[in-house]
Amino acid sequence: MEALSLEGGFSDVPVQASLAFRAAMNAMARPGTIEVVAGAAGPAPLSVAASTLILTLCDPETPVHLAGAHDTAAVRGWITFHTGAPLVGPEDAMFALGTWEALPLSRFPVGTAEYPDRSATLIVEMAELAAAGAELRGPGIRDRAALNLPEREAFRANAARYPLGLDFYFTCGGALAALPRSTKVS
Amino acid sequence: MTQHYNFAYLDEQTKRMIRRAILKGLAVPGYQVPFASREMPMPYGWGTGGVQVSAACLTPDDTFKVIDQGADDTTNAVSIRKFFEKTAGVAVTERTGDATVIQTRHRIPEEPLTEGQILVYQVPIPEPLRFLEPSEVETRKMHALEEYGLMHVKLYEDISRHGHISTAYAYPVKVEGRYVMDPSPIPKFDNPKMEMAAIQLFGAGREQRIYALPPYSRVVSLDFEDHPFDPSKADHPCDLCGAEDSYLDEVIVDDAGGRMFVCSDTDYCGSRRAAGHRGRLAAEDVA
Repeated sequence: MEALSLEGGFSDVPVQASLAFRAAMNAMARPGTIEVVAGAAGPAPLSVAASTLILTLCDPETPVHLAGAHDTAAVRGWITFHTGAPLVGPEDAMFALGTWEALPLSRFPVGTAEYPDRSATLIVEMAELAAAGAELRGPGIRDRAALNLPEREAFRANAARYPLGLDFYFTCGGALAALPRSTKVS
Repeated sequence: MTQHYNFAYLDEQTKRMIRRAILKGLAVPGYQVPFASREMPMPYGWGTGGVQVSAACLTPDDTFKVIDQGADDTTNAVSIRKFFEKTAGVAVTERTGDATVIQTRHRIPEEPLTEGQILVYQVPIPEPLRFLEPSEVETRKMHALEEYGLMHVKLYEDISRHGHISTAYAYPVKVEGRYVMDPSPIPKFDNPKMEMAAIQLFGAGREQRIYALPPYSRVVSLDFEDHPFDPSKADHPCDLCGAEDSYLDEVIVDDAGGRMFVCSDTDYCGSRRAAGHRGRLAAEDVA
């Protein structure tokens, strides 16, 4: 293992994880809201926000899938050292990490009718994150919100399967936003 | 703050597990997410679900408030507040407006909650269909198939027997047109408040379920066209502060049938009295 894998973790786990989770929860409860997190910095190409989300939510109980350019020896080593999460294929993943183009959307679990919570959460690394573009409506949004989603059709199809479906985090630098399956995209 | 406990008592892996359940709960409003509830240093029925959810949400910057039937000064509320004062070192308050996280047993505060706040409910029985169908396998299938006819039959039987829907608390709601949800045993007077700006999280410790309502979720109390939902309360003003719009507790004051009605929300009542409002019995210093 490279020494690099040992760097970039939380320096005060309980406090930093609590602050990061609060931001992640606010983002999921208010789709389209952009929150800023800090505390973790994994090896490139991991953003600070994606690194922080992984350390906050993942552990040996949560299989993680790395897609495309994120599937490097350095990222694997970092996640394994800091979380102990098993690295798996998309079919078995509870969390997945990658760019929009790299993530094989149709292969992730979307939950079952009895257990819709047994679905994957995708962390999508973005070149930029802005409250503009696709219009969002649904729970957590008073009237409407906006977010620069990488596309719209895939999210419409995801929402159409409600209560099944995938939930998304979008990350860029230290910023993150979320899009749960309950949000209608237009 | 003493350093003998991990921040907010629970270990980090437990908090991550609860946090993941909360996020899935927010993504599917009203759906009950199973979670591996832990033994807490208090008995089931004393709010272990709410305590675990609060522990997973609290940050050192939070100001924490706990109410039990609206009151900040009851045994349950005081001990949970002290628990987090000791294990998380958070600031505590009795003022609804000053709190960032409010844990509640069976009430929603009268003062409207705002965007920066989180309301954590203690839930005894999370399954609204449980008293109609004892099997978890069956109720889970009923939720999956959106098969809620049984609940309407139950409300209809209320009407045929009593002339009106007699369910007065834990009145079932439908969330975002999909899941029927138990709002915990809050009075039905509080049901309309559930469409609010704050995040609402529900924790059932013994039953091992977490569910959630994102802000502004549509929450509709079940009813019939000819028997619309009625969020009724005792038809009195508060005897201490004179409020006509708050939920009231009836208090027996002697053994000759004397009684008074007081706000169940102690902070609301106290704030109104501090602002000079007076009810029928306020001068007699009964408080």
